[in-house]
Amino acid sequence: MYEGIVQELIDELGRLPGIGPKSAQRIAFHILQTEAFDVSRLAEVLVEVREKVRFCEVCGNVTEQERCAICRDPRRSAATICVVEEAKDVAAIERTREFKGLYHVLGGAISPIDGVGPEDLRIRQLMERLADGTVTEVIIATDPNLEGEATASYLSRLLVQPNLRVTRLASGLPVGGDLEYADEVTLGRAFEGRRVVQG
Amino acid sequence: MIVTRLSLTDFRNYRSVDLDLAPGPNLFVGRNGQGKTNLVESLGYLGTLGSHRVSSEQAMIRQGADAAIIRARVSHEDKELLLEVQLNRTGANRAQVNRHQVKVRELPGYFSTVLFAPEDLALVRGEPSLRRRFLDELLVLRNPRLSAVLSDYDRVLRQRNTLLKSARAAGVRGNDLSTLDVWDERLITLGSELIEARGRLVAELQPRVAEAYVSVAGDDHHAMLASRLSVLAGDPDAESDEQDIRTVMAAEEVMARFRESLDRLRRSELDRGMTLVGPHRDDLVLELNGMPARGYASHGESWSFALALKLASAGVLRAESRVGDPVLVLDDVFAELDESRRGRLGAAVDDFEQVLITAAVFGDVPPALARNTVQIERGTIVDARNPTGDTEPTPVEERMSDVAD
Repeated sequence: MYEGIVQELIDELGRLPGIGPKSAQRIAFHILQTEAFDVSRLAEVLVEVREKVRFCEVCGNVTEQERCAICRDPRRSAATICVVEEAKDVAAIERTREFKGLYHVLGGAISPIDGVGPEDLRIRQLMERLADGTVTEVIIATDPNLEGEATASYLSRLLVQPNLRVTRLASGLPVGGDLEYADEVTLGRAFEGRRVVQG
Repeated sequence: MIVTRLSLTDFRNYRSVDLDLAPGPNLFVGRNGQGKTNLVESLGYLGTLGSHRVSSEQAMIRQGADAAIIRARVSHEDKELLLEVQLNRTGANRAQVNRHQVKVRELPGYFSTVLFAPEDLALVRGEPSLRRRFLDELLVLRNPRLSAVLSDYDRVLRQRNTLLKSARAAGVRGNDLSTLDVWDERLITLGSELIEARGRLVAELQPRVAEAYVSVAGDDHHAMLASRLSVLAGDPDAESDEQDIRTVMAAEEVMARFRESLDRLRRSELDRGMTLVGPHRDDLVLELNGMPARGYASHGESWSFALALKLASAGVLRAESRVGDPVLVLDDVFAELDESRRGRLGAAVDDFEQVLITAAVFGDVPPALARNTVQIERGTIVDARNPTGDTEPTPVEERMSDVAD
């Protein structure tokens, strides 16, 4: 335990996700001891982020404007929508540079235990986006866990429309890895989702 | 497979102990509360990552210590493996095989054991949940992937029950019902896989149980296994009818019947706010000469049945093992049996590569199994036929290094 404000800082940092007591202490002392560290800049950004950032009216991604940079970008194809659980999933998929369509952030996954039902997700907004027939494919990219799968299967039942293809991201072996290091569940899934390469 | 040496540090009442073990039977004798069971419990942990006595690993760490270490040298033919696991008071446990770090959950892949304990009697006389657990544990040992299916099934069940309860509380709304379909789908997929896997296991166990029963009981009673499947039952609350008993069913049929049952029971499920069909409500029926063992079998017959189940599971593991026989552990079992069953059980386990036996009274154990005897008193080995003698503490450097924050 440290005196007063130092301990308060450690406690506050420790409440952030992914930061344990030791990391919180390390960050606190970095802030205290490193001269080059600009505390006021960090404080400003923290305040600004809460003031300025909001959610895109169209897709639910984080943005500083009414619509996010991806929704505003005319080069993105409006024919494909990739449905994800959280805004951070958008960033992950963007890093691949593979996907040129638009996104839709649900804001979570169906989980009765956590009190999250379909009405708590941005599903109605998704249906509205599909109404005019511009979109020809919806890619469901919810997490490959139970709740993500349940959400995917809920959506796939809901999204039965003429001229709309609904796809789900594949799960299987990590690229560049060794087969022998894959855990049984992943390997089992890869078997289920195997593809014909010949014959 | 043979454990040639077992070393424990800060495990239960052992500060530090090293013990050489022989092939074949090894007998640990000592008064109650001296630490016999603790020795075999440690091997049980390596083989199943669980304990037959407690659900918490904390209890296995010696009071006042931060971590317990179980270290076993096992050999099969000319191969030797050093298996190590460190149970930490705080933070994740760690495991090594031949000094290379592995995931803790991989340990059972290197070592298998079947434990016989006084609690086994409850397999015959106790609640269905105990028999389900018996089957499920064996399933996971044979196919580790199924542990993920089991835990997913449990989670789907919790999600679905929560939804049923909230639907009941709110008065049924259309929206909730459509989400229910989604969970039904997962419940059926995962549940059917479990039902089918259990069914195949029961079919494999059946002839082994019948045979083991005869060899342990010494009579020609016919021991039979059957699955009572809730997906086949007409009314979940009615006492069993003949219809719901079946051993093996094809996966497609299981799924179809599962779906039918859910459709039929939707009303009562909503009324009661819980899932009424699925592998979590199944039972393994044990029959002796056509009568249910639970309720009809005598004490001796029940014991014979329990031992037969364990011998059959050892047989199943042995049949497909590539690293030799599972190590059999008979924890305080002989005291529960009459003279003739003791002798016949002794004969039934004698051809396993290694058998570890604990007993409070030396005379309870058939002489053939008492070839290597170790005397245990208050957490120390006082007299071993293959002694290493010393119990000096393991030097600090030998401890597995700690994980950084």
